[in-house]
Amino acid sequence: MEAHVFSNLVVAGVLAIVLAIVLAIAIGVRRSDLWRASLVELTRRRPIALLVVASYVAIALLDSVSWVGGGAIGSEGNMLQQHQPRSLIDRAFPADFDEKSYSAPLASVEFYGGDPLSHPGRHLLGTDILGRDVLHLTLDGTRIALLVGGFTSLIVIPLALLVGMSAGYFGRWIDDVAFFVMSTLTSIPYLLLLIALIMAMGRGPVQVCVAMGVTSWVGFCRIVRGETFKLRELDYVQAARALGVSHFGLIWRHILPNLMHLVVITFVLTFSGLVLSEAILSYLGIGIDGSWGQMIDQARDELARDPIIWWNLAAASTALFGLILAVNFVGDAVRDVLDPRTLRERQ
Amino acid sequence: MLAYVFRRIGYGFVTLIGVLLLLFVLFFLYASPHEMARRAVGEKAPPEVLEQWIVNHGYDKPKVWNPEDPFDTLLAEHFRRTLTFDFGRSDADGTPILQRLREGSGPSLALAIPSFVLGLGFSVVLGLFVAYFRETYIDRMGVVLCVLAMSVSTLLYIIGGQFLIGKLLRWFPISGFDPSPSVIVRFLMLPLLVSLADGIGGSVRFYRTVFIEEGGRDYVRTARAKGCGDLRVMTHHVLRNALIPILTRVVVAIPFLFTGSLLLESFFGIPGLGSLTVDAIHGNDFSTLRAMVFIGSLLFIGAQIATDVSYTLVDPRVRLE
Repeated sequence: MEAHVFSNLVVAGVLAIVLAIVLAIAIGVRRSDLWRASLVELTRRRPIALLVVASYVAIALLDSVSWVGGGAIGSEGNMLQQHQPRSLIDRAFPADFDEKSYSAPLASVEFYGGDPLSHPGRHLLGTDILGRDVLHLTLDGTRIALLVGGFTSLIVIPLALLVGMSAGYFGRWIDDVAFFVMSTLTSIPYLLLLIALIMAMGRGPVQVCVAMGVTSWVGFCRIVRGETFKLRELDYVQAARALGVSHFGLIWRHILPNLMHLVVITFVLTFSGLVLSEAILSYLGIGIDGSWGQMIDQARDELARDPIIWWNLAAASTALFGLILAVNFVGDAVRDVLDPRTLRERQ
Repeated sequence: MLAYVFRRIGYGFVTLIGVLLLLFVLFFLYASPHEMARRAVGEKAPPEVLEQWIVNHGYDKPKVWNPEDPFDTLLAEHFRRTLTFDFGRSDADGTPILQRLREGSGPSLALAIPSFVLGLGFSVVLGLFVAYFRETYIDRMGVVLCVLAMSVSTLLYIIGGQFLIGKLLRWFPISGFDPSPSVIVRFLMLPLLVSLADGIGGSVRFYRTVFIEEGGRDYVRTARAKGCGDLRVMTHHVLRNALIPILTRVVVAIPFLFTGSLLLESFFGIPGLGSLTVDAIHGNDFSTLRAMVFIGSLLFIGAQIATDVSYTLVDPRVRLE
């Protein structure tokens, strides 16, 4: 099977999962007045941040749909380019858009030397050391950032909730086993474990996500376990147990809802944390190719040049900062809206 | 209580065995001695050279099972030597690992302890401050500042700090280290500032959430009703009841502290354990990596036991049996 067919299948699979989750959430929201009101409240409070997140998602989706051939490949388009799949975002840029080296934003000559560019004044954010358009590279980074944050969170949250609640609620041998696995994983410094796993599984986007999932579910799991431990001792849970509510019923109705605000906060912190960790991995040379982290890492050398190259660093860090900031703001609002205690106080 | 402590120490030992097993799987079974030798000597080395390297570094024993002598295997050797702190020599340059660990721990602690203590102190105090003014202009400003600070990548803090403070303002040296007491502070200031800036947003925000949640509980209302001042409620009631989440977070933060100094030390040229580890990663120095992982795990397991015991001290509702 050709590589691009396979990668499209993977993208289709991930899209299907995401759509299924969105559908499930939509049905849940429709069926409950409380959730519907929360959603309305959320859009009322954070319209801009939601819009920003939505546009990042839109760019990532546009960048995920790619196919070979078609489109306007110029007469100078080389053979390599003709056989590579190009996404909708790639097709928004001319096929032969590269320069020879650095050029400042909207410049008409090269930054060092001053040779004329082949596309003067058309590189909105300039070009990097290989002459690639920085705007194009930055847009491509969106897909990687969302993949890192979203895909890994899909692994982390269900796993941590399941293990954490069972361990905290049932205690006994379940807690012992969970504790053994968790302490073995957490006793190894985060970055070393991450590096060891990535080296063991090989480099690549999926491997990095899985390795980050394996290393980062434990932190949330410990919080869930600790909180469940505390909730279990509360009077109303004891009362419900005395009334004969089943274990599953207790966890579902009394423990899980009291953990949801933690899930949301953790999703936000994990999402941003994961995207930011990828930048650290890029510094160590085992990140994902084409990520914003790699662009920022390159800037270490570029800031030491004279005169300095600033647009590469500026573009990547602004894109990264914008995404994380918007996600954090949305997450905060989600928490305020969903937490009944905060709601009650306001009324 | 005492029985619980002993049992936790027993668990800790079991955990350590788990770590050693994981290390064995990753660094002996997955990345086999042949693989290590190839990476150390080079891809195109002749087989005799590879064999020689394996023999020289003592990796030539049977891995798990030796029919002649069950205890003369790599597995047994790995457990026996690591548990007795006999880490041997570095795979890369042959220096004794224990000596390098001893040399590196000073500079590491010189950076890690101030940044951990200052970071914790600042964020708890700021968290209390912001929670004290909740639902006001100050609270909203504080949260926005926290979120802004959290949204910046560690790499950017380091690169930006070196560029702004080191290169443009020339307040502190860009990188380097000197252990003599008169100048050590000058070299540590920049990494310390960077590490504080990097961590403070997330922590203050977390502690604010914890304090506000505690602040909404009934006993706080009772305390207010009987006439406690706001400040006394915050420090005597809320802070003390919030100790469990704080303790949990502090212990979870210890490995992250380690990774933080991993990056900082390597960026700022501090010859500590973090730099040692980064060098080991780049140089495929598996024996040093194993030693680092073991030491890190040992410290963390101790901290975990201490935390679980201290739960009973801060919250009598938690009973350890």
